[in-house]
Amino acid sequence: MAANNLRCKECGAEYELGANFFCEKCFGPLEVRYDFSEMNADEARRRIQAGSQGIWRYSDFLPFDGKASDPLEPGMTPLIKADRLAERLGTTAEIWIKNDAANPTHSFKDRVVAVAIAKAKELGFETVACASTGNLANAVAAHAAAAGLDSYVFVPANLEEQKLLATDIYGTNLVGVNGNYDDVNRLCTQLADEKPWAFVNVNLRPYYAEGSKTLAYETVEQLGWKLPDRVITPIASGSLFTKINRGFQEWMDIGLVEGEMPVFHGSQAEGCSPVATAFAEGSNICRPQKPDTIAKSLAIGDPADGPYAVAQAHRTGGSIEMVNDDQIREGIRLLAETTGIFTETAGGVTVGVLKKLAEQGVLNSGEKVVVYITGEGLKTLDANRDSFAFTTIDPDPASFESKFGQEVAV
Amino acid sequence: MSVTVKIPSQLRAATGNQAELEADGATVGEVLDAVFAEHGDLKERITEEGELRRFVNVYVGGEDIRYGEGLGTAVSDGNEITILPAVAGG
Repeated sequence: MAANNLRCKECGAEYELGANFFCEKCFGPLEVRYDFSEMNADEARRRIQAGSQGIWRYSDFLPFDGKASDPLEPGMTPLIKADRLAERLGTTAEIWIKNDAANPTHSFKDRVVAVAIAKAKELGFETVACASTGNLANAVAAHAAAAGLDSYVFVPANLEEQKLLATDIYGTNLVGVNGNYDDVNRLCTQLADEKPWAFVNVNLRPYYAEGSKTLAYETVEQLGWKLPDRVITPIASGSLFTKINRGFQEWMDIGLVEGEMPVFHGSQAEGCSPVATAFAEGSNICRPQKPDTIAKSLAIGDPADGPYAVAQAHRTGGSIEMVNDDQIREGIRLLAETTGIFTETAGGVTVGVLKKLAEQGVLNSGEKVVVYITGEGLKTLDANRDSFAFTTIDPDPASFESKFGQEVAV
Repeated sequence: MSVTVKIPSQLRAATGNQAELEADGATVGEVLDAVFAEHGDLKERITEEGELRRFVNVYVGGEDIRYGEGLGTAVSDGNEITILPAVAGG
């Protein structure tokens, strides 16, 4: 195993690979550190290509002894060249959509949960849990069911009905908390201190977060072992944003891919924009916000990786943008109408930011722009409920004619 | 004013293994100063140059003090202050 230990991102203190997520000396987040010095690029590529058709093909870059297994293996989701979308946006950049709704529970959370649950089993836990805005709830309940582990899923009580149903169906203990996501998160941080459970995004967060690196690896493979020029992702906690960067960096360091680090753009909803606001103000402190947005899966008012996301946007020459609820709905429709992909509100945020960048002339001609679509539109139907017209007719041609005003060929 | 301060398990080495401490003060900052006077190690772990470190969250009765007056947030008799790591979630 190439994973060495856990290291504090703030002060560098080192810890063993256990169920531990913050530094006792300074409270900084812990991250898995690897030693890839023995790794040969050709051999690594051969091992990847001989692997499974999902994220475990990247086991050499994940924190396990040997290959992890999972009956519900996520990954290898489609990367689609979206020429009609580019045309609608009036850009000559190449737009690529990484459709991560095409995972077992229809969001990118399957990646992080698969890694966290495999680690929970390795560490001997019998119960897994999470604080969730919905997608994570679905994934934890499903992967726990498949792995035969008990699970507790904590969500804000006002979550979309679709996300509640799509969690409870797996036979989990679904707990609705009167409060917003940050309240749920605080509660879970307290419970993680008392219960012998693996909270995937609390005490197992260093491992969980590693799962997002597989989005970077897949992108590189699917572009023919090349880096994109620019990426656009949603930002909630900032973990996905920073780990896609880390995935690219690891493969650049090893020599699996050559070129420049892509420019990173993060996307937030105006109604919950602590990271975009910090970026706009030139600050690295993300002041917490009380979320008020239709993009509930991004509604984290106190983002754990916010400062690192801001620094990364500056470092790569990118930005962190925000769009309002109308632009989110417009983004959902734009993607659906040009690619046939129906995304949830988080995807509407990301496509909204893509549109904004295209209008600002930020995208360069011919460059490869990868847009990460992290969730499924059927989970947030309420956002689009009033946005379409449904016309009813009687079953005869004249009725059709009267409503749709077309000549019927005789 | 007597306030209860709840300490996460990872910090209890600095508090003689106590999970809860009682201390007096009119604000969060005063209460924490009273705690630091007894348990000096705690100060360095959660503060830097008189401010809370950036990954330390402090709550009074469940409300993040950054929505109030930060360390200047007033506390009253019987309040509960909770110190937690900010690096969870997402």
